[in-house]
Parts: sequence; C-alpha cells; structure tokens
Amino acid sequence: MLSQIVAVTSVNIRSIRARLGSSSVAVIGIAGVVLVFVAVLSIAEGVNATMKASGDPNTVLVLRAGSDTEMTSGLGGDQVRIIQDAPGVARDASGTPLTSPELFVVVDHPLKRSGSAANVPLRGVTPEAFKVHDRLKIVEGRNLEFGRNEVIAGRAAARQFVGLTVGTPLKWGENTWTLVGIFDEGGAVSESELWCDVKVLQPAYRRGNSYQSVYAKLASPDAFQQMKDSLTSNPQLTVSAMRAPEYYGSQTEVLQTIIRTIGGIIAILMGVGAVFGAVITMYTAVASRTREIATLRALGFGSLPVVISVLAEAAFLSVIGGLIGGAVAWAAFDGYETATMNFQSFSQIAFAFAVTPKLLGLALFYALVMGLVGGLLPAIRAARLPVVTALREL
Amino acid sequence: MKFFPIVWRNLLRRKFRTVFTIGAIFFAFLLYGVLMAIRAAFGMGVDMAGQGRLMVIDKVSIINPLPAAYEGQIRTVEGVTDITHANWFGGYYQDVRNQFATFAVDPESWLRIYSREYDLPEDQKKAFFADRTGAIVGSDTAKKYGFKVGQKVPINGTIYRRPDGGPWEFTIDGVYDSKIKGADKTQLVFNYQYLRETIPERSGFRDRYNWYVFTIADPDRAPEIAAKIDARFANSPSETKTNTEKAFVSDFAKQVGDIGTIMMWIVGMAMFTILLVSGNTMAQAIRERTGELAVLKTLGFGDGRILGMVLLESVVIAVAGGAFGLAVSFAFITITGDPTHGMLPAFYFPTPALAAGFGLVLLLGLASGFLPAWQASRLRIVDALRRN
Repeated sequence: MLSQIVAVTSVNIRSIRARLGSSSVAVIGIAGVVLVFVAVLSIAEGVNATMKASGDPNTVLVLRAGSDTEMTSGLGGDQVRIIQDAPGVARDASGTPLTSPELFVVVDHPLKRSGSAANVPLRGVTPEAFKVHDRLKIVEGRNLEFGRNEVIAGRAAARQFVGLTVGTPLKWGENTWTLVGIFDEGGAVSESELWCDVKVLQPAYRRGNSYQSVYAKLASPDAFQQMKDSLTSNPQLTVSAMRAPEYYGSQTEVLQTIIRTIGGIIAILMGVGAVFGAVITMYTAVASRTREIATLRALGFGSLPVVISVLAEAAFLSVIGGLIGGAVAWAAFDGYETATMNFQSFSQIAFAFAVTPKLLGLALFYALVMGLVGGLLPAIRAARLPVVTALREL
Repeated sequence: MKFFPIVWRNLLRRKFRTVFTIGAIFFAFLLYGVLMAIRAAFGMGVDMAGQGRLMVIDKVSIINPLPAAYEGQIRTVEGVTDITHANWFGGYYQDVRNQFATFAVDPESWLRIYSREYDLPEDQKKAFFADRTGAIVGSDTAKKYGFKVGQKVPINGTIYRRPDGGPWEFTIDGVYDSKIKGADKTQLVFNYQYLRETIPERSGFRDRYNWYVFTIADPDRAPEIAAKIDARFANSPSETKTNTEKAFVSDFAKQVGDIGTIMMWIVGMAMFTILLVSGNTMAQAIRERTGELAVLKTLGFGDGRILGMVLLESVVIAVAGGAFGLAVSFAFITITGDPTHGMLPAFYFPTPALAAGFGLVLLLGLASGFLPAWQASRLRIVDALRRN
C-alpha cells in the first residue's frame, strides 16, 4: 500500500511539468490569495508595531478624565504641578521629578504623496521631556534650543511631509519656525510628530499656561497603582492615569478595527473564492488524466493511493503558490512606509508595512488548507470513477 | 436560439465543473461589491460634497476656532448667498468608545444650507428650531442607541465640558434620514446656543466657530470669492483658508491616503486572480471539445454559428455566477451597511459601479469563450478531427 502511494504520488508530482499550463494557473491563483492576505494583514501589523514601540510600561500618561486622546485633553498649569509632585514618580539626582508636561496641537502642512494639506502633530515640550522620552536621539542637525522658535521633526514625519529638512523655515499662521534637527525614537509614534518648546507654542495657540498631558517616569514598575490612586483621589484634580502601552494600544483602535474588519471580509471571501478556483483547477488536472488514472487502477493500484496522490499534488502546488505569494508580498510590501489619518488623534501617523514571519507562516498554512480542500473533491471523484467508463473517456 | 438545447447539454455534461466555475465567479463578484464599497467609504463622501458650498477654516488648523464676528463680514462679500457655522463637539454616549460626529450649529441656517443632506419632517424641524437644548440625530445612530424623538439623552463631549463635569443633556427633537445614498446618518447636531451659554466665558472658546460654510450664487466664481475672503482676514491673529467643501473633503480623504488605494488594488488583484482561474477553466472546457466542434463544422455549421454557440455557453456561466454575486453583494452591503459600525459611514455600493460590474460579467463571458472558439474556427476540419 505504502509503496503504491509513493509510486503514484511521485508519478503525479513528476508529471506536473507536462501539465505546466493548468498547474501554473493553480499556483498563480493561490499565490494571489496569499499575497492579498499577507498584504492586508501587514498593514495592521505595521500599525501595531509602531504602537508597541511607543509604549514603555514604566511611563505613565496623565490626561483629563474622560478624554480618550491628548488632542481633547486639557490640564491647567496648577494641575500639572500637582501631578508632578505625585508619589511614585521617579526623580533625578537633583530631586527634580521626571515628568514631561506637553501640549499637543495639529498644524496644516502638505503631504509629499498627495501635495494636499494634512494634519501634522506639533508637540510642545519642556527640557525634561528628553529625560522622560529617553530613547529619543537626534540623528541629524541638533536638538532645539528652548525659548526660540525652533522645531525638531521625527524621522517618519520628515519623510512624509514636504520640506521638512534641517535648516528650513516653516511658517504657520503668524509664527515662523526653523527646523533644526531630525530625531529617532526607535520607530515610535512620536517619529510622526514635530516637537518644539511648549512655552513658545502656548501663546502661539492662545493656550495660556495650559497643557494637555503629563508623561511621568515611574520610580519603580509597581509604583503605578500608588501614583494613580493619589491622582484620582485628589479633589483638586479630575484626571485619569494609564501606562503608556495601554494608552497607545487604545489610540489606534479605530484604525485597527477598520483594517481588520475589512481585511477579514476580504480574506474570507477570497479564501472561499480561491477554494472554488483550486477545485476547478484540480478538477481539470484530474479530468485530463482520467484515462491515465483508470489505467493505474486497472493495473491494480487501489483507490486510496490515487486519492492521496491527487491530494499530494494539490498540496504541493498550493505550497509553491503560497511561497511565491508570500515572497512577492514580502518583497513588495515589507518596510513600505506610509502614513494615514489616525481618526482618534486627528493627525497623521506614519508606519511601515510589517510582513512578519508569523504572518508568512499563517499564510502558508492558509494556502495549504485551500489546496487540500480544493483537491479533495476531484481526488474522490478520480478514485470513484468506474474503471471501464473512465478508460473509454477521451 | 434554436441551438440553445445543445448549449444547455454542453453545460450539463460536466455538472461539477460548471457548478464550481459558477461558484468561483460568484465569489469574484462578491469581492467586486466589497471593493466598490471600500472605494466609496475611503472617498469619505467626496462625491456627495456640494460644489456650490465653500468652507472657511483657520489657516493653521481646523482645531483653532475662528471669531464669531467673521460671519457678518463673510456675508457681506459680494456673491455670498447664505452662511452657517459649526463646532466639532466630540460627542459620545456613555462610553468614550461610543463616539459619533457631533456638531454644535445654528439650527435654522444649518438646515437651510444642508436641506438635502438632512431629511426630517417639518414638525420635528420646527421643534428643533424652538428648543434651546434640542438636537437632531441620524437614523443610524438613533437605531444603534435606541434614541427616540422626545427623549432626553445624556451626551458627553470630549472637547467641550460642562463646568459641573456632568454630561450634556439634549432633547432629541428629530431623527433625520437622507435622500442621498451613502450619506452620513450617524451625526448628532445640536443648538450652538446651549454650548455658548454653558461654557465659561474665560475659557476663550466662547463665540468661536471651528468652521463656516457658505453658499454662493455662481459656483464658477468660487476661487475668486475664496481669495477675497482670505485676503480680508490676512495678517490678523486668525487668518483663514477658504475652499470648496469638495476640496476639503477630498483633502481629508487624501489624509487617509494610500491605505484605501492599497486595499483597492489588493481586492482588485484578488478578483482578477479568481477570474483568471475561472476564465481558464471555461476556455479549457471548450478547448477539450475541439473535435466535436469539427464534427459540427462537417455537418455544415458555419463558423459564425459555432462561435455564437460557444460564446453563449461561456456567457451563461459568467452571468449565472456574476449576476448572482453582484446581486448578493448589493443586497448584503445595502442591508448591513458599514461593517465597522459607525467608523466608515459612507460604506455603500454605488449604482454606477453596479452597472460597470454587469459590464465586467459580460466581458468575462465573451473573453473566455472567444479565444478557444476562434482557435477552433481557424483549424482545418481534418486537423481538428485528428486531434485526440
């Protein structure tokens, strides 16, 4: 029995070359489905990776209670001081709390890809910001000098927007700013932003002495509860505190839901469509060899080896298709940088498509299932054909 | 048509293959429906934006509200016929995840300018105009949260807060529908006066509007009027940017950017792959009958007649799968609407795309039948009979 299976299967696989036309259609079909599957999900993976890179669990973000994003939050200068003195906040050698009060606004600036205006996030920070966001590095030019109309731009922002090069003057409203440096923060969301001195930004946006968020470093990983409790129980404050990963996870919920819902619908419809495609392709392959299969059966080969051989062929073709599709998706999309509107923060977020090994594995598995499901019906048909009729078929 | 029975018998000769080919085509055209709906959704309603309407926002960003005094000044610009204003409120019901577009507006001028977009009974309109804390809500949102006319609903604002920290209470004076297909029926629109009276004066946000919308008598003069308005407010603390509503919506859609385009390419590719596979199978079904076609020719069937029969066969398969797929996706998308529940309000299947889909179905049938039929007709009978 086993030797029969091996013999028939090897004949099938070796004869694929003779049926290159119909086999390649199956391979292309499955490659197409895998390509699409990987491409759609790599968008979601990419956004996810950006968000993961942003969230240091030892950083806490404080917003006005009921605000889901920095954009809609607001904290007065006096509230900020109370937050800075909260227990559980780390302090540097001189005893200054490691906190960063920030003001987050958006400005209209043209995108490179469309030439039309888009919302660039502009974040006002204090000198302490660079101690809290300690992974931030200036990769080109220099850091901003506080008290002057200077901005630094994230790497991703510099690539997505027009004219963000070191030394360029930028005019928004009545203010002219000079871009003095480009920064990198390990692929975090901040790389989509522009940063400037908060004390310069406040009057330019008529914000008085108000901020929108406070980022604070925790003294120890488990100091979070202590800090949160002291803030939420303070009658002078109406704020909410959360760890940075939790905040960033929630920031792209809308975007992720859109991508995953649509991606899911596409993948399911396409998957079923592709199974139909695989069925007809395998069917054609089997049909064109009806006489050959009948001859084998007449020679004494059992029906199980025939079924297995057809399934093996289908699996072989689908794995090749899966590999091609995955490779093309990886070559075409992995690392492709783009930006989109993050509806929650009402501003542009840049990210790179991420074709991860996990995604490729999943796609290959999906291809294999499609191939096997597609091959099953034709295989059974091939095995069940009465030998005499089959021999007579053209 | 006399030979339809032959075509029919040919279709039934390999039922299994015919059924699965029809199935594959069916799914390809289901995808086509999804593709068209994604296209509409990521277009953010550009096709619906009014040509004769212009918007004015702060030049630096729409988040900086403009002084209320601009209303009178814009109104006096020659060619402007009507004007209204709105504030983005960022409203949500109970949980901050339940957000929907919420604007504070001047009810009468807003509904005058957007009379086609908001379709609601006269009595509800009157009640809304007379009610200081009144609001009207789109039928989608009303259905989702069970809001009824006359009900008082607590809505929180992510941007504007009541000084006491509690939710704002609006009376639902009307539920609007829209005559325009794919229009956003998730909004809640309420009276600006309620906002104005509630927020403290020292906040600096009183009597400031996020945007103005105005209409002009002659749409062709839009660039000239926009330039005139921007010039009037140049070098002031609140400089303006004026453009057609269509341009603003299309800029906003462009902010979403490649993602929509890439998704469309992807679905398009998927559809193409499935069509390629099924087209090939249909062609294969005819190719393997070359010998029979030669017999028909021997019997005196002309080339044209054979071509017609073969084309009829492939068109029948394409239409059976394609028309059914289009119908199902159209019905499904129309009934379920936005699959993300409120994030893509313009998710719908546009009628012109439906017509284009039927064109595509016919094209598929003709193209996949034509090549093998043409090859067969070029063969000499003797050669064709000798094959196999």
